[in-house]
Amino acid sequence: MTTTTRSSRPVQILGWLSAISLALTAVMALVISPPDVNMGDSVRLLYLHVPTAWLAMYVSFGVTTLASALYLWKRTRSRFWDLTAGASAEIGVLFLGLTLLIGSIWGRITWGVWWTWDARLTTTAVLFVLYLGYLAVRKVPASPEVQARRSAIVAVAAFLDVPIVHQSVEWWRTLHQPATIGDERRLLDPQIHGAMAWTLLLGVVAFTLLYCWLLAHRFRLAWLEDRLADRHLEVAIEERRAEAGLSEAAEVTS
Amino acid sequence: MWRDAALVAGKDLRVEARSRVGVNQVVPFALLVLIVFAFALDSDRGTLASVGPGLFWVTVLFSGLLAIQRSFVIEADDDARDALRLSGLDGAGIFLGKAGAVAAQLAVLEVVLALGVVVLYNVHLHGAVMLLLTCLAATVGLAAAGTVYGIIAAGLRVRDTLLPLLVLPVLAPVLLAAARACEAALAGTPSEGWPWVRLLFVFATIYVTFGVVAFGPLLEEA
Repeated sequence: MTTTTRSSRPVQILGWLSAISLALTAVMALVISPPDVNMGDSVRLLYLHVPTAWLAMYVSFGVTTLASALYLWKRTRSRFWDLTAGASAEIGVLFLGLTLLIGSIWGRITWGVWWTWDARLTTTAVLFVLYLGYLAVRKVPASPEVQARRSAIVAVAAFLDVPIVHQSVEWWRTLHQPATIGDERRLLDPQIHGAMAWTLLLGVVAFTLLYCWLLAHRFRLAWLEDRLADRHLEVAIEERRAEAGLSEAAEVTS
Repeated sequence: MWRDAALVAGKDLRVEARSRVGVNQVVPFALLVLIVFAFALDSDRGTLASVGPGLFWVTVLFSGLLAIQRSFVIEADDDARDALRLSGLDGAGIFLGKAGAVAAQLAVLEVVLALGVVVLYNVHLHGAVMLLLTCLAATVGLAAAGTVYGIIAAGLRVRDTLLPLLVLPVLAPVLLAAARACEAALAGTPSEGWPWVRLLFVFATIYVTFGVVAFGPLLEEA
């Protein structure tokens, strides 16, 4: 694989496409789409909230899990999958953080509280800390193979936990309070206004493009870091060899 | 595999019995947590009785973390982990042995804590079958998941801080399910509790299976 210090042509095009689609989403969300009958202008926050949630939970963590599984499978084991898993998880955690933040602001405006122990919110929060743990494991220094295998196992274990967390929290909330009204499910139902639906769809497309662009860059950076570490090692070995050669030469002359 | 598991579990429990760290430190710590909760939540007995199951499981969780850390600290001294790797024992057997030893310690801890909750918080025990099944499934789940993450964090300089970060979110559903099942049992509404007990058994099965498969490779590189 050739990875250079500058991004390749397709990645640059991808960058421009995501920039343009994000700008379009902003125009659609802030200017063209009407305010909601019940929520007023705060509905515009959801044009960010839904795409970031989709991106973090399904796309990023999906890619992390898949790449980790491919790394663990002996036939497809390669450094490529490990770096992809790490890059994707970093983007996922970032966007999940944004999702929680935007959701919280929206909740304050709509429900009057920053946080409520709704099933979906709770699952998201647990997911957030699960993947923070995964990133912490990735940061623990070790040899590349050991670190990659350890991280991949943690990612798979975290993924196994997600359905259980979801199920438990779902029961927990339904036993105690009826499902909270006014979450994004209502937005996605068919009675939604045309411009709103299009804005939301555009937002999802724009953020998916952004994700691909960020992933390509983050991966390239990780790959370069890897190469740099290898290079340092080679240089160090050469230096030691040179030192050894010098001292041998000195012994011969003396 | 089972013979290996029995060997490792026997060794761990013997070490614990002789070092008495569990008896002298972990159990007193757990009781202390119960007392601290009483201070924090006012000693009004009604409040403590109603939140008793939740406090019980939070205490088990925190004390369980100590037990899991202990389980790998004893392998860190004198390069015992290398000896374990070289022993030729089956990876799955070592996992079952270590998890079994942790589970046995947790079970003892739960008995002591249950007595503590009954005496200190004035909780009346009902629904013995459900309580026992909940404790069984939750203990196996805690021990299995804890042992998997214990070996991941073992041997790292940052293990004492990394282990809680990794393990607490994973164990969140166990805490939730065990607390709700116990509440249902104590309130005399077992029909509400059975789904939670089933969930605990599912969790335990998943993590025991995962540990059996993954522990060998994890031990190799710990």
